[in-house]
Amino acid sequence: MDAAQANRRLILRLLMASVLMFGFGFALVPLYDVFCKVTGLNGRITATGPVDAVAVDTARSVKVRLIAINNEGMPWAFGPTESLLRVNPGEMKQTAYRASNPTTRRMVAQAIPSVSPGEAAQYLHKINCFCFDSQALEGGGAIDMPLMFMIDTDLPESIHTITLSYTLFDISPDKTGTAENDTQEGGSPI
Amino acid sequence: MSTLDTAAPGAHEEHHGPATGIGRWLFTTNHKDIGTLYLWFSLLMFLIGGVMALLIRSELFQPGLQLVEPGFFNQLTTMHGLIMVFGAVMPAFVGLANWMVPLMIGAPDMALPRMNNWSFWILPFAFAILVSTLFMDGGAPNFGWTFYAPLSTTYAPPSVTYFIFAIHIMGASSIMGAINIIATILNLRAPGMTMMKLPLFVWTWLITAFLLIAVMPVLAGVVTMMLMDIHFGTSFFNAAGGGDPVLFQHVFWFFGHPEVYIMILPAFGIVSQIIPTFSRKKLFGYASMVYATASIAILSFLVWAHHMFTVGLPLVGELFFMFATMLIAVPTGVKVFNWVATMYRGSLTFETPMLFAIAFVVLFTIGGFSGLMLAIAPVDFQYHDTYFVVAHFHYVLVPGAIFSIMAGVYYWLPKWTGHALNESMGKFHFWCSFIGVNITFFPMHFLGLAGMPRRIPDYALQFADFNMVATVGAFIFGFSQLLFVWNVIHCIRSRETVSAQVWEGAHGLEWEVPSPAPYHTHTTPPRVE
Ligand SMILES: [Cu+2]
Repeated sequence: MDAAQANRRLILRLLMASVLMFGFGFALVPLYDVFCKVTGLNGRITATGPVDAVAVDTARSVKVRLIAINNEGMPWAFGPTESLLRVNPGEMKQTAYRASNPTTRRMVAQAIPSVSPGEAAQYLHKINCFCFDSQALEGGGAIDMPLMFMIDTDLPESIHTITLSYTLFDISPDKTGTAENDTQEGGSPI
Repeated sequence: MSTLDTAAPGAHEEHHGPATGIGRWLFTTNHKDIGTLYLWFSLLMFLIGGVMALLIRSELFQPGLQLVEPGFFNQLTTMHGLIMVFGAVMPAFVGLANWMVPLMIGAPDMALPRMNNWSFWILPFAFAILVSTLFMDGGAPNFGWTFYAPLSTTYAPPSVTYFIFAIHIMGASSIMGAINIIATILNLRAPGMTMMKLPLFVWTWLITAFLLIAVMPVLAGVVTMMLMDIHFGTSFFNAAGGGDPVLFQHVFWFFGHPEVYIMILPAFGIVSQIIPTFSRKKLFGYASMVYATASIAILSFLVWAHHMFTVGLPLVGELFFMFATMLIAVPTGVKVFNWVATMYRGSLTFETPMLFAIAFVVLFTIGGFSGLMLAIAPVDFQYHDTYFVVAHFHYVLVPGAIFSIMAGVYYWLPKWTGHALNESMGKFHFWCSFIGVNITFFPMHFLGLAGMPRRIPDYALQFADFNMVATVGAFIFGFSQLLFVWNVIHCIRSRETVSAQVWEGAHGLEWEVPSPAPYHTHTTPPRVE
């Protein structure tokens, strides 16, 4: 009788399905990143690097608000040099964030950016950003960290204000508990 | 691989009774024994989770902090949710499936009897681990049953590791149970029992088992990611390392929404067995019931983000998840229509199982409607994380899932024990529960609309009256469950015997075997015409 064999085949298939779904749970991590990149969802900035110069749309200007947040337990002083900018779409804009390390030890920090409204993220080109790399500061040191960006001329009319926020995380190697990832590659565990 | 052995209707086994002593229960591979174990285990968990609920309601009887520390209050809400979902509702349905699926399809036992024994016996260990966290340094998990990261990772008490381990074991148990049920239904049906002749309880369980196989591994995955974030320095959910806490919610609810159907589809099945019996009519729209169940299961994978309307989804996302969620009301409406149409012009009688089944239809529908309200994204911004949500899911789970389990137990208990129920006590239990459940949960709608947040031990004065009412109702409901325990024990010990059919309008293979159902049934497969 091959009923036993049919049973065995079915059970192996079902077991395989559970293993696949376990893998799928993990596959959701990179899939989520791809999804965010494609849709610009979640305020992730995906357009980075040099851009071609385009005609500046002087007819409209957009408010860009710059925000700085220290993650819990991060002692640095951290903030934008200008907190509100008026930018024309197509215009290259340069500004900076200032950070200083009030402690006596060398520390490494990583800034993680976020854009609100999330829809605007895909229209924000970051030509250069301090968040591309981690930042190291000796005790008592200070630094001006440059940020250069351009707003795409395709930005929907309905968006008048874009908020660009940076959260600063302590990723000093001697510190435990946080990951020592020094790029802003989203979601990928080490 | 011994667990892959099929239940051979071996001739030598035919006249065996159960083994004696504790060994019978520890080593049993009999589907009826294992069903019984699951059901008693679920009852125990229901009572433990219920005591926690009463502690929560006692603290909320008045504004201010009276009975428990706020930290312990959070542990209570977390443990209450976990125990009720994974310890009470799910094992009860698995227990009913163990008892009834082989009887209903004419199979001698489950397809994988040894694995069946394992999938039950690892459960007590999982819950012993979970409950023991209450006595650990730093206390039990306190981050809510949805265990959102980073609350459950960066800010979790040390006991979170035990919680993760317990979830892994429960997940393994559920997956093994689901594989077993699918194999039984697909491979062990009696000759002539075609798929479209399967009783609806069997159909709903088949679909539920597929849901379990699809999402329990995802739950295991998400707790594994938590474990790695906590102990191995990864950053799945840690923004500092490039992870994303919102990702946790996506993965969790990808499991979580199908999970709510895992807890309700078997309930639909039970009610679809009971209503025709006491209406003395065939179930109205059998095929549409099957298709409705399947479409609910498929849709359940496309709606998870309706739990996350306030995390900052793009407008398109909000709209998609809003409309997809509302679409589920269509197959659900088909089901409610069919139940009502079955009762329409039937010769109705109102025995205890029927009372619970009718209450299920009415009260589950109320829970469904509040679910529709929550599905509307713009208004969800107001209702999110308020008592309105608490009211909604308690309406679908208590007078929904729990009432259906009680209906099922009352319906099949005479078949299991061979003894009659005490109808007046059954009805007394029903009315106390029905009144208690509504007094408890109905006022919570108003509290939520007025803005009372969930998971708080203290609240503003304007919420005092409704909270007091809800607490009174909770004690009525809670203590009336002792009547349920009494009824079950009384039925087991009663001397009043019942016929094989038990209920006048009952039809199906399970009513053709004698009452009590012998230890081995359908050893020669029955013929279904
Ligand atoms: Cu849901």
